[in-house]
Amino acid sequence: MAEMREPIESGCPDPWQYMHPVMRKNFGQWKYHEHPRPGVLLHVAYSGDQIWTVKAGTQRILDVFSLRKLCDIGDQYADGHVHFTLRSNIEYLVSDEAKVQPLIEALEEAGFVVGGTQNSVAMISHTQGWLHCDIPGTDASGVVKAMMDELIDEFRNTNMPNRVHITTSCCQINCGGQGDIAINIQHTKPPKINHDLVANVCERPSVVARCPVAAIRPAMVNGKPSLEVDERKCICCGACFPPCPPMQINDAEHTKLAIWVGGNHSNARGKPTFQKLVAAGIPNNPPRWPEATAIVKRILKAYKEGAKDWERINEWIERIGWPRFFEEVELPFTKYHIDTWRGARASFNSSSYIRF
Amino acid sequence: MAIDKHMTPMLDQLETGPWPSFISGIKRLRDEHPEQRINEVTNDLLGQLEHSYETRKGYWKGGTVSVFGYGGGIIPRFSEVGKAFPKSKEFHTIRVQPPAGNHYTTGMLRQLADSWEKYGSGLITFHGQTGNIMFIGTDTVNTQQFFDEINDYGWDLGGAGPCVRTAMSCVGSARCEMSCTNELKAHRMLVNNFTDDVHRPALPYKFKFKVSGCANDCQNAIERSDFAVLGTWRDDMKVDQAEVKNYIADKGRQYYIDNVITRCPTQALSLNEDDTLAVNNRDCVRCMHCLNVMPKALHPGDDKGVTILIGGKRTLKIGDLMGTVVVPFKKLETEEDYESMVELAETIIDFWAENGLEHERCGEMIERIGLANFLEGIGIDPDPNMLSHPRQSSYVRMDGWDEAAEEWFARQAEAGR
Repeated sequence: MAEMREPIESGCPDPWQYMHPVMRKNFGQWKYHEHPRPGVLLHVAYSGDQIWTVKAGTQRILDVFSLRKLCDIGDQYADGHVHFTLRSNIEYLVSDEAKVQPLIEALEEAGFVVGGTQNSVAMISHTQGWLHCDIPGTDASGVVKAMMDELIDEFRNTNMPNRVHITTSCCQINCGGQGDIAINIQHTKPPKINHDLVANVCERPSVVARCPVAAIRPAMVNGKPSLEVDERKCICCGACFPPCPPMQINDAEHTKLAIWVGGNHSNARGKPTFQKLVAAGIPNNPPRWPEATAIVKRILKAYKEGAKDWERINEWIERIGWPRFFEEVELPFTKYHIDTWRGARASFNSSSYIRF
Repeated sequence: MAIDKHMTPMLDQLETGPWPSFISGIKRLRDEHPEQRINEVTNDLLGQLEHSYETRKGYWKGGTVSVFGYGGGIIPRFSEVGKAFPKSKEFHTIRVQPPAGNHYTTGMLRQLADSWEKYGSGLITFHGQTGNIMFIGTDTVNTQQFFDEINDYGWDLGGAGPCVRTAMSCVGSARCEMSCTNELKAHRMLVNNFTDDVHRPALPYKFKFKVSGCANDCQNAIERSDFAVLGTWRDDMKVDQAEVKNYIADKGRQYYIDNVITRCPTQALSLNEDDTLAVNNRDCVRCMHCLNVMPKALHPGDDKGVTILIGGKRTLKIGDLMGTVVVPFKKLETEEDYESMVELAETIIDFWAENGLEHERCGEMIERIGLANFLEGIGIDPDPNMLSHPRQSSYVRMDGWDEAAEEWFARQAEAGR
């Protein structure tokens, strides 16, 4: 065997070498920012130095041609320094205002979308889906592409009461994270077990331990050691599927989408909040998932019309109340909206506060 | 040699519409890339993806792939339908740690693209949800070669599996006036102290560091990390009254009453008759809202530092948990300040490695053993800032009360309060 190369355990690289010189010079010395137009930020330092940021949405899963195109634009129209946001937008940093407009035009010309700042619908944060994940119930990349096609004007403009973060996730692990609106997989049937494979593929005690409701137990099936699921207890969360692939949770018909609202990571005006269930049973309908997009658009429309300035979706609903929310977005309220998990009691209304 | 292209009628529908299409990108690699290997890999990738769209199922399975000397950092993918799509039957993702704050030059992006083209599919994402650069799609042999090449010019793998994961930090001091700390330094000091724990998964489960420069928490640190560092300040916020007046002159008193004064979560603000702002700094919780609305007029104070929260995570297994305040305020100025934060992280990870169950996140362990026991385990004294409110339940044995109360008064005296 050839000599193996020892890795250099350098860890996280120092960003200083990649940072725009104006940002290096004014590190920690920024005074304020302005928002000259959607997709553009102007930051002004105490020194008087200025830096413009032009933000663009991309397809996130970049082929090297698109990445090189983004680099070409960065070299020709910007200063060669870029930053990626949490939501996978690319930001070009330029120190000369005259470069801003040609840069925007070059990005739009190349098919990228300038926007995503301030009170816009930001790029949907998502994960891999069928393209690469080992447990996905859907293809978040496709859901996002189809949805952003419909929300592109809200990305390009800043007409929302406050920013809107949308996320998607292909399983209940929820890599997409908390969002003002989250479109997540919700399985509705217990896993289908291939008992011939369990003994060879799965470490059975860890699978038993993984179940949040203790619905899995070891069993002999057809003379082979396997696992069985108490289907009355099973909450169809899919937690057993990653450690035990023969416990197939994904189903072409019964794997559905659910929509959650009101997740907000910011501390501004109130403590961070988790998202709450509003709609479920939505068909997982590739390639364009129109049913999910329609509900998201209804929620955005009601929020845009009803919320006050600076209210995020959770704050808007907190003010108008859940009954009116369900009414405005024309979604059914069901027994499934009533939480049953630990701590559920804290979500019950123990007051005389009723809106009429 | 022309390749036999898979038909992709469903994926083709994702090439319509105005948003950039990842499908068109993959097709460009199939149709236009000069290297046949990439044409073939992406062709079979599209074939398998179309098959997923038709059947609404995923066909990737995990496995064990790493690079020499490491135990993690690669997401191995083997196709279950590799017979039909042989060229992409091994399609691993390589997780690479980004520079703190996600800053790049176009030159470096090109260099990474050049390397990836030699060994991989040509698909890259900046960044995955944990924060890694995701180099999507290569086989086992090329995984090592690609890593060797980029490792030589400064890039290292991120975490995968039960280990310290790649960390994240906001743009922060590099471009933001809200920043209250050196996010980049905190990020690198923390995660680079644990490179061994990043590369060799041996913890109960994943452990994530995230750093946000202020309470706007752009990195979702409280919700999404086991160790969240948020910038804050403890002296008075800075108010430029002339700029306050300018804002009010611009949009009117009503706007600022409705959008600043009454939106303060602790009623710490009022507007004076002369259109200046009065701030009760002792009631202010540093939520950032008024600074967000009036960035020219209001700024964090000078006595900056961080709040550290422990134990945030998503659903599995006991339900969503936000991080809990464990250090209400910590200065981060001197090297010693940073080192003591790293030591706290070591203490917490050691305690969790010792006491956490398999597949139990740090926050879940705290839930199971109780916050008071966790604090005792890591040697931190209880503080009312750690709670929304004291206990409601009387079901507790309290025969150590007198000693605990004495300790409190002794600590207060020591702190000069």
